[in-house]
Amino acid sequence: MKRAGFTTRWLPILLLLPQLLIIFVFFYWPAGHALHSSFFLQDPFGFGSTFVGLDNYRDLAGNKEYMRIARFTLLFTLLVTFFSLAFALLLAVKADNVLRGAKTYRTLLMWVYAIAPPVAGFIGLIMFDQSWGPLTRFLQSIGWDFTLGVNFRDTATAMVIVSVWKQVPVNFIFFLSGLQSIPRSVREAAMIDNRSAAGRFWDVTFPLLAPTGFFLLITNITYSLFETFGTIDVLVKGEPGNNPMTLVYKVYVDGFRGNDLGGSSAQSVVLMVLVLALTIFQFRLVERRIHYT
Amino acid sequence: MTDITQAPPRRRIRWSVLLDHAILIFGSLFMLLPLLVVFQMTTMPDVEVIKNGPQLKLGGELGPNFDKAMYKASGFSGLNTGTRMLYNSFVLGIGFAVGKIVLGMMAAYALVYFRLRFATLAFWLIFTTLLLPLEVRILPSYEVVQKMGMLNSFNGLIIPLIASATATFFFRQYFRSIPEELVEAARIDGAGPVKFFIDILVPLSKTMIAAMFIIMFVFGWNQYLWPTMITTDEDMYTLVRGIKQITQDLEGTNIPEYGRANLLALIAILPPVLIVIFFQNWFVKGLTESDK
Repeated sequence: MKRAGFTTRWLPILLLLPQLLIIFVFFYWPAGHALHSSFFLQDPFGFGSTFVGLDNYRDLAGNKEYMRIARFTLLFTLLVTFFSLAFALLLAVKADNVLRGAKTYRTLLMWVYAIAPPVAGFIGLIMFDQSWGPLTRFLQSIGWDFTLGVNFRDTATAMVIVSVWKQVPVNFIFFLSGLQSIPRSVREAAMIDNRSAAGRFWDVTFPLLAPTGFFLLITNITYSLFETFGTIDVLVKGEPGNNPMTLVYKVYVDGFRGNDLGGSSAQSVVLMVLVLALTIFQFRLVERRIHYT
Repeated sequence: MTDITQAPPRRRIRWSVLLDHAILIFGSLFMLLPLLVVFQMTTMPDVEVIKNGPQLKLGGELGPNFDKAMYKASGFSGLNTGTRMLYNSFVLGIGFAVGKIVLGMMAAYALVYFRLRFATLAFWLIFTTLLLPLEVRILPSYEVVQKMGMLNSFNGLIIPLIASATATFFFRQYFRSIPEELVEAARIDGAGPVKFFIDILVPLSKTMIAAMFIIMFVFGWNQYLWPTMITTDEDMYTLVRGIKQITQDLEGTNIPEYGRANLLALIAILPPVLIVIFFQNWFVKGLTESDK
């Protein structure tokens, strides 16, 4: 930071103050509070709390239901991340290939970005409606008796499909802009060297896209973990019951409905650590990425 | 490039081009069809929807369904009409975007253009917020807002959402890419920090501000978990927050109002989608640049 700047004293402080104030009140205080209360057992009626050390965490590790949800979250994250990345990559490569209608395809493939996850969930409810949902009918016609909200696996499938539908556009935008930033000279050289399109893709395009891919990988994991909350909440109609749920949904159910503040805080902290690890990993990749290009 | 693509035999090329288009059309339909289904249902009378589900024809019920969606409330208070929710959504989207941009630009300006002793500390304090999304600290955040008496208010809805540094980070990157000579020239011409900011930096950042506004507006409009917790009064519902109630309304009643529900979902989708489509270039630029 060797910039020749202004030397006024009070102005920068005044400029920074609103942001810092909001961050302290609505970020550091709550985050610290979550960490703090994860070590306490809260009285359900609000009469104080007792220090229990790491008990809340131990309870979590020993809790079968929690571990089951954690496993489901892992599977869900893997499926959503894989399918939305793969599908988006395929579409981006094709959209980069075609000369006619490229702009139209781009518009058609990206607009779903702007749809809110719970609204995507609502559309999922319509498409998978038990009696007349087009997708339910289609699945029935191929012999799959699909029952959303009743059958665990069917509900999970619907969650994955809707989440992928909502996430493909973001990945598509990034992959396409990554593809378009590959220099023409490189492409032409590859054309001469390798006649097969598939060979060109795996030998040249794919490695050059890897930095974008890594970045998107983290983004997609974070999306599957957190932003799918709305989709899931609407798809299960706000009644978790025996339906599949993710870790974030569990935090909400325990803390907000079940009033188990200590346990819910411990869950929050577990998620915080998870996100921190992912973000640090991502920052290190971003650093690497500068060397790539 | 065209020379090379024409070199191999023509037939093969044409087939692979056709395949490319086929895949792209399939992808586009995968994205578009669900919305068309929802739209078709808004034009049919509810009774027919319940009987037959979505069909391949358009009915004439769009007008009456629109009236129901916009002016009829479903809750106990009678306050959560479509117009009310639409208004709340706009307040949240615009308030969030403007707040984020104003705060972000101010903080980024202070960090980039001033010599501050505690600049590094401020930088880290601000950018640590990028690490933890609101979802993981949702309950304590709720308690803070509750203690401050800001439940069911736009302040409680918008301000905590602004407590993250995405816009600050973005503007910092952008300001740093502006040549240093500019500020030197401005100083030689006698411009103070305030004049430089308002007369030079802000006009220069117009495109970036537009891109940020689009992204932040969509982000704010689409918020769900936070509004679900903070707004329990029905007259504070946004469209996206209200979608669960809209869904639940379809459950208990004799004749579920699919026309109304689907139309409300469409209205919740339309403004952000239109903005993204119309300002596509700014939006894509902002999105891909900001996350680098």
